[in-house]
Amino acid sequence: MTGPALVLILASAVLFAAGFNMLMQRSLVRIVIGFMLLGHGANLLLLLAGGAAGSPPLLGRESERPMADPLPQAMVLTAIVITFGVTAFLLALAFRSRMLLGEDEVRDDVEDRRIHAERLAEAWGDDADPFDEDADQEGAGRGDGETRGGA
Amino acid sequence: MVTLVLAYAVAAVAVPWALGRHRRLMACAAAVLPAATAVWAATRAGGDDLTAELVWAADLGLVLDFRMDALSIVMLLLVGGVGAVALCYAGWYFEGSERLMIGTLVAFAGAMTGLVLADNLLVLYVFWELTTLSSFILIGTTRPERAEDRRAATQALLMTTAFGLVMLAGFVLLGQAAGTYRISALLAEPPGGAAAEAGLVLVLLGAFAKSAQMPLHAWLPAAMVAPTPVSAYLHAAAMVKAGVYLVARLTPAFADTGLWRPAVIGVGLVSLIAGGVVALRQDDLKALLAYGTVSQLGFLMVLLGNGTRTAALAGTALLLAHGLFKAPLFLAAGVVEHEAGTRRAGELSGMGRRLPVTAVAATAAVASMIGLPPFLGFVAKEAAVKAFAHGGMDAVVLAGVVAGAALTTAYGARFLHAAFAGGGDGARAADPWGMAVPVAVPAAAGFALGFLSGPVQTMVAPYANTLGGDTGYELALWHGLGLPIALSALAIAAGAGLFLLFGRSYPAEPMRWPVPDSQRGYNGVVRSVLVGAHAVTKRLQAGSLPVYLGVIGTTVLVVPGSALIAGMTDKGSPDVADYVLHGWDDPVQTVLGLIVIVCGIAAMLARRRLSAALLMAGVGYAIGGLFVAQGAPDLALTHLVVETLLLITLVLVLRRLPERFPPRRRKPSARVATALISVGLGALIAMFLVVAVLSRRIRPTGPGYAELAAKEGADNVVNMILVEARALDTLGEITVVAVASMGVIGLVLSGRRRVPRPPGEEPAGGEAGGEPGGGRSWLATSGRPALGGAPMVPAAAAARLLGPAILVFSVYLLIAGHNRPGGGFVAGLVAAMAYVLRYLPGGRRELAAAMPVRPGVLLGGGLGLAVATGVAGWTFGGAGDGAFLKSEVLHAAPPVIGDVKVPTSLFFDVGVYLLVLGLVLTILTTLGASLDENVLEEDVPDENDTAEGARP
Repeated sequence: MTGPALVLILASAVLFAAGFNMLMQRSLVRIVIGFMLLGHGANLLLLLAGGAAGSPPLLGRESERPMADPLPQAMVLTAIVITFGVTAFLLALAFRSRMLLGEDEVRDDVEDRRIHAERLAEAWGDDADPFDEDADQEGAGRGDGETRGGA
Repeated sequence: MVTLVLAYAVAAVAVPWALGRHRRLMACAAAVLPAATAVWAATRAGGDDLTAELVWAADLGLVLDFRMDALSIVMLLLVGGVGAVALCYAGWYFEGSERLMIGTLVAFAGAMTGLVLADNLLVLYVFWELTTLSSFILIGTTRPERAEDRRAATQALLMTTAFGLVMLAGFVLLGQAAGTYRISALLAEPPGGAAAEAGLVLVLLGAFAKSAQMPLHAWLPAAMVAPTPVSAYLHAAAMVKAGVYLVARLTPAFADTGLWRPAVIGVGLVSLIAGGVVALRQDDLKALLAYGTVSQLGFLMVLLGNGTRTAALAGTALLLAHGLFKAPLFLAAGVVEHEAGTRRAGELSGMGRRLPVTAVAATAAVASMIGLPPFLGFVAKEAAVKAFAHGGMDAVVLAGVVAGAALTTAYGARFLHAAFAGGGDGARAADPWGMAVPVAVPAAAGFALGFLSGPVQTMVAPYANTLGGDTGYELALWHGLGLPIALSALAIAAGAGLFLLFGRSYPAEPMRWPVPDSQRGYNGVVRSVLVGAHAVTKRLQAGSLPVYLGVIGTTVLVVPGSALIAGMTDKGSPDVADYVLHGWDDPVQTVLGLIVIVCGIAAMLARRRLSAALLMAGVGYAIGGLFVAQGAPDLALTHLVVETLLLITLVLVLRRLPERFPPRRRKPSARVATALISVGLGALIAMFLVVAVLSRRIRPTGPGYAELAAKEGADNVVNMILVEARALDTLGEITVVAVASMGVIGLVLSGRRRVPRPPGEEPAGGEAGGEPGGGRSWLATSGRPALGGAPMVPAAAAARLLGPAILVFSVYLLIAGHNRPGGGFVAGLVAAMAYVLRYLPGGRRELAAAMPVRPGVLLGGGLGLAVATGVAGWTFGGAGDGAFLKSEVLHAAPPVIGDVKVPTSLFFDVGVYLLVLGLVLTILTTLGASLDENVLEEDVPDENDTAEGARP
């Protein structure tokens, strides 16, 4: 067992590094491309981990090299198609984001940012019931309850 | 017994469904099963234990044990009897037809029946939580719009499930210590040791919360927002008894263990006295009764947790008596509220004259509660006093019991006074009979059973005899003059005094001394949980996706990374020095590998979207080459086609986006962090790859598949694995593809408005010269190029000419896949290429002409065909032999062609083919066509046909 060739190891390492780097960017297209790079890296990794290169796994056509392990190949084959489907899904997401928001950038979650910025003290209110989301605004809360009751 | 529990489940669904229109009939029909249960239990009284078991997974020790003994019979009588009464009452109490309410009540009765019959700790736990869930539904279901109801239901759920989980932990500790979860075995040989004792404490906590013992009682008074039948049944007679029942069940084995007796008796006494004091201060009739229940449950805890025979006799008798007096009291409070419209003491007057039957029944119930002879409550109290009349530490308990009895007398009198006293306003006596009878029946039973103490003794004696202590005592109405009757008289006299002093003012005077308010405690706990969540969220949830990914990446680096390094230094791990440093196995790998590396880095750094996409494609094609070099022609074929399709899709989308990426605005420190994490991950992957390859010890399974393929007569091993050996996996994977396609359709097409076509304008087809599929002009395009620009006549003509040839080639690949490179995946992709070729120069109209079927049909049809093949293998494979997706070879000899062998896996492959084709067409018709149409919208507003064509 000698292990895979250095250039292949390097190639999958670069694919993973570049893919993850692009995944951490804010442009959705970069993210999609990063995802595809990661997919390539993973497919290559799977195949390399499966064993050394060999002759194609077709019976009756053996060459002087031993047959390559067919199982990782079968896995990678389905992985390729699934990556294709998921990438198309991501592209549709990017498209949708562009259509709705007018940009293809990942923005920060507004609610999370708000909580992040809030002061702790605000959370400790009076003795009111903690589950009663309407406690702060009496009038609004009652109106809310009525509408819910009516529905 | 299993049948009985199942019958409840059926009845809970069937009765409301069948009789929902007739509320009274429905309620009475629902009451039949609980009544039958009670009768059955009564006939078993004094008999031998009955056991049943249902083996589920014996290897895992999952056996559903049931056992009916004396204690279960007492509980079954309560659950069934009070259940039947409460259900009948509910038919008259509710104005409308409460199907959910009735069904849940029946389901609750079933869960409670299962709980008291279970002979396995885990089975008991499941039924325990089922009762909690029923309680949640029943509290919250009538007026879910009221905040108070929602809060009360949530509180009951949170309190009992939280401590239910604590109890489960206790069960596991006990079960592990004993080596069995069967309760009867556990009681026969009780486990000892610290683990078992800790387990017992946890179990007790669960029981205390369920039985609303102080200080875990706050949920019970809050739960009084529930309708009266629910309060009477769940929160007085049945569910809250579960904790008491559990204590009684475990007492014979554990009463002398460690903390058991101090804990149970201490908590019980506190609840008995404090509950009574608080009850005396309530204005709301149901709140008064609720605190009375807390108090009485404390009394039951004291009796049933003590572990002596006399106390157990008293406890089981009181268990029965409490159900028979507390349920009618609640029901009577319900009648009063129903008739008067309020249950606040200060607003009630003269109800005794308006509801004489109810008033008499309630008085009888109170008499049983305070222990007046000849009621059953008196019999129980006599025994209780006798049980602790020994001096020593028991004297303290005895004093507590007498004090509790005095308080009970006081708040019982207060209840009667509040509910029924006062002069009448001249209204005629008009008891609602449908409700008054259910009040009277249990109250009368409490009266009658006082005279039938002999049969009661026979019923409960088998349980009490399992406990030690003085053996002579028998339940009886008259034991002669002595200490017990003297103390009873004292308690009643003191209670009357208390009532006269404190119990007659409405609203009650405020407490002179502060009472620890466990409601505030509960609120505080909930709020601190929320504040804690807020604080954690505030720190961790920055709202920035890159930050989250960075955290994930760092975690991957730290956790599996350090594990990898630790594993490498371990003895017996592969020596990395074994790795033979070699640049390449094959010179061509060097070239391809370098292309991958260079293109990958360049794609990362690219500033234009299109360059990034093209560089990305470069990586993809080089990888395809690497697949060939690795000896994987199938992979290479599929990969190259996918790569081309992806590139086209990317370009389709990029066309609508700006040319350049937005400028990077990231701080240098963030850039460094990103780079570090990415490079670290790359290095980790490289190291992992080397270690993984060198760690191989066992022969790979792949070659085994080659032998299997030879036996099956398939030469292409990869294809054989995909469609035969691991076909179920493939089925799962193509399902993922189908789901992703649906997602694409939904994302692109949802929420789009249909622009009404301006009147007078011709349908779209005329404008570009040719209806879709009309084929009037051979070789000419019927639409515009998908990417815009001038019409591409040569390309369009070439596409039309090549299309059929490509389709034929794809069918060849599909069939050849059995023996040569090919198969459903790649064949589907190649077929899709034919349509892409038509689409690119001709646009969506040309696509519609080329493919009359919607892509959704292909997706569904492909998936359906694949599943049908599997099911067919199941059906036709022969009995016992028919496996899902089992491949058979069909022989046929059509004329001319000669002998033809068709493996059934080919049909599976056809399904894959159709599905993959459907995926690509989905992408073209949605991502492609919708972008396409946005171009069109600028000049010609027509979109109806596209939107329709693309909808699955």
